[in-house]
Amino acid sequence: MPTPITMPKLGESIVEGTVARWIKTEGDAVQEYEPILEVDSDKVVAEVPSPAAGTLLRILAREGQSVPTGSVIGWVGAPGEAVPGDETGEPAGAKPPAPAQAVRAGRDRELGFISPVVARMAAEYNLDLRLVKGSGEGGRITKKDVQAYLDAQKTNGGPQPWELPADGDLFRPRELDSAAPKPPEPPTLDDPAQDRLLPLDPMRRAIAEHMAMSMRTAPHVTTVMEADLTRVTEHRRANLEVFARDGAHLTYTAYVVAAVAAGLKAFPLVNSSWSDAGILLHRRMHIGLAVSLEEQGLVVPVIRDADGLSLLGIARAVNDLAARARTRRLRADEASGGTFTITNHGVGGSLFATPVINQPQCGILGVGAIQKRVVVIDDMLAVRPMVYLSFTFDHRVVDGYTADGFLRTVVKALEGW
Amino acid sequence: MPEMTLIEAVRQALDEELARDERVLVIGEDVGRRGGVFRATQGLLEKYGEERVIDSPLAEASIVGVGVGAALYGMRPVCEIQFADFIHMAFNQVVNEAARMCYRSNGEWTLPMVIRAPYGGGIGGGIYHSQSVEAFYAHVPGLKVVIPSNPKDAKGLLKAAIRDPNPVMFFEPKKGYRLIRGEVPEGDYSVPIGPAHVSREGTDLSVFAYGMMHHYALQAAAQAGAEGISVEVVDLRTLLPVDRQSILASVRKTGKALIVHEDNLTGGYGAEVAAILAEEAFGDLDAPVMRLCAPDVPGIPFSHAMQEWVMPNPQKILGAIRRLARF
Repeated sequence: MPTPITMPKLGESIVEGTVARWIKTEGDAVQEYEPILEVDSDKVVAEVPSPAAGTLLRILAREGQSVPTGSVIGWVGAPGEAVPGDETGEPAGAKPPAPAQAVRAGRDRELGFISPVVARMAAEYNLDLRLVKGSGEGGRITKKDVQAYLDAQKTNGGPQPWELPADGDLFRPRELDSAAPKPPEPPTLDDPAQDRLLPLDPMRRAIAEHMAMSMRTAPHVTTVMEADLTRVTEHRRANLEVFARDGAHLTYTAYVVAAVAAGLKAFPLVNSSWSDAGILLHRRMHIGLAVSLEEQGLVVPVIRDADGLSLLGIARAVNDLAARARTRRLRADEASGGTFTITNHGVGGSLFATPVINQPQCGILGVGAIQKRVVVIDDMLAVRPMVYLSFTFDHRVVDGYTADGFLRTVVKALEGW
Repeated sequence: MPEMTLIEAVRQALDEELARDERVLVIGEDVGRRGGVFRATQGLLEKYGEERVIDSPLAEASIVGVGVGAALYGMRPVCEIQFADFIHMAFNQVVNEAARMCYRSNGEWTLPMVIRAPYGGGIGGGIYHSQSVEAFYAHVPGLKVVIPSNPKDAKGLLKAAIRDPNPVMFFEPKKGYRLIRGEVPEGDYSVPIGPAHVSREGTDLSVFAYGMMHHYALQAAAQAGAEGISVEVVDLRTLLPVDRQSILASVRKTGKALIVHEDNLTGGYGAEVAAILAEEAFGDLDAPVMRLCAPDVPGIPFSHAMQEWVMPNPQKILGAIRRLARF
C-alpha cells in the first residue's frame, strides 16, 4: 500500500498551502522523515518530511499550486507500486481525500494526539476530524471540542450530504470541506492590453483579510510624539563593537523594543485584547516586529517575554527573527501569539504613519525615520537625532489618557537611556 | 445533626456497637486504661469493663491472632493496631488466617472481625508512624478494605464493618482525626461497605481519592471550580471490593481521571484504578490517566520540609488538576 503525502497544516486557521518546491522527483528513493518538498503558507516556508521510506511514486500537486490542507499531493511506496486514482484517470492534485477516514487513537501526523474517546466519537458520528477545531494542549482535539462540533452541527441542521444533485460524484465538494469562501469571479478587464490581473498569493490574501478585518473591528486612533535619540545614539555607538563581539548587531529597533516593554509595564492595559466578555490583560509581553518582505508582503515574528530580555538578548532576538523572516524560515508559531506590535515604517523614509492594529492586540507602535532636526532646548537651538513615534490604539480598550501615558513612557525610556 | 471530629465519630461507633451487641469487644495496645493513643476508645473501659475492652501486650500478631480466635468462638472483636506501621507484624495472621477462613472452610466458618489502624503521614511522625498500608491488603481476596474520609462515613462504615460477617481492614486517616469535622446523623445508621461516593459533581475531569487525600481533593476542586474547571470528586471509601461502576460512570462522563493517594506510587492503589479505566473505559478516555502519589521513597521523612515534599497536598492536587484540564 503506498502512503499518501498530504498538505500539512502549517498553523491555526491556515486552510491551504502552496507547493513551493519539490526536493525529490518522481522515482527518487526517500527515507522516512527525509525532507521531500517545501510548502509555502501565508507566512512561512516549511519542509515536509516523507511519511514513509520508499520511492516517491507520484507528484500530484505541481510547484506553485495551492491546495487545501489535508489534500493528497503525492504518494510514496515501493518502486513500481500502483497509486490509487491512477486507474480511474482522475485529475491529479487538489483532491481532498475522502472525509471521515477512520482515525485511530494515538499520535496523528496531521491532527496531533487523538485520544481514545475522540477516535471513538469520530467513528461513531462519521466525523472528519479535520473540521473540528482543537482547543487542547498544542491544539489537540478534545472530547469537548468534538461535542461542541456535534452540537453546532445539530443546530446548523447537520452537514450537507456529500452528493449534491449538481455533482453526483462520490466525493465531497471542496467548498464544504473548509470554510474557504468560493473564489470570486475575476473582474473583467476593460482593456487586456493595458490592465493585468495579479493572482493573489496566500500571503497577500492573508494580509488583505487581516487588515480589512482589523479596520472593521477596532476604532483606530493614532497619537504621535517625538523622541530625542541623542543618548540612544551615543549608547549604540559606544556599544556596537561590544555587542558585535557577542555576536549581535545592535539596532535601534532593540532600544525601541526595550522602551516599549517599559511602557507596557507602566501601562499594563495597553498589553491587552478586547473581547466582548471583557478586556483580556496579558501578563506576558510578546512583542511582534513587522518585517517587510518588500513587494512580497510582510511578516510579524514575535519576541516572546521581551520584558525578561537584556538589550543584548533583545538585539539577538531581533537579528535572528528578522533574518529568518526575510528568508521565510520562521516556524509557524514564531509569527503568532504577539501581544503588541512594533512597525518600523521609518526604514522607507516615512516620518510618521497611522499603522493598522495587528488583531487582536490593543496597540501598534510605528517608528519613523531618525532625522537630525533643529529642536529648541532651554531656549536655544540644538541639532538632535529625532524620531516620531506613532502609536495607534484600539479606542475600545484605552482612551487617550492611557495611550499618551504609555507613549510618554516609551519616549522617556528612549530619551533617558 | 451534631457536628463532630472524625475521631469522635469512631469512638461513638465503638461505643454504640459495644452497647448494642455484647459479642463486640475491643482489643489493642493502650485501648483500655489510656483510652487509646488517639483517644478513640476513651471511656469505654469504664463503661464496658476489662473483659470487653482489653489492653493487649505490644504484640500485633497476637492482637490479630486473638481476634481471629475470638471471632471463631462467636465474638465480634475490633482489633486496634496503634499505628498502621506496626501491622506488618500481624501480616501472617491477617492474610493467612483471617482472610482465608471463610474460603478455607467452604463458607462454614465466617470471621466477623475488624482491624482498625490509623494510617498516613503529614503529622510529623517520621518513618514508623506515617505509613499507608492499604495497597498490601487491597491485594488480598477475602478481606474488605475500608477508608473513611469524614465523620459521617467513619461512624457508618465502622458500624457496617463490625456487623460484617467477615474480616474488614478499617484504616483511619489519622491526620484528619481532629482536622476533619462534619455532621453525623443522630441515631443508629450504617454506611454500606462497597459503594464509592461522588462527593462533588463535575464535568471536566474526575479525581479519585480516599481518606485524607479526599479531603484535600475537595479543597483543590473548590479552588479549581473558582478557576472555571469543573472537577468531579469521587470518594472511593471502600478499596476492596472496588466500586468499578462508580469509577467507570464518572470517567465515561468526564473523559479524564486523576487518582490521588499518599501511599507511594509504584504498586499503589491508584494503579488498580488506572488499570480498571484502561481495560474498561479505554474508549472513553480523553487524556492519559494521571496519578498524584507520594514518590517512591522508603518512608515518610521526619524533617518537616522533606515531609512536605513527599506528601500530596491541596496545592499539588490543584496543579495536577490544572495540567489535566489543560490537556
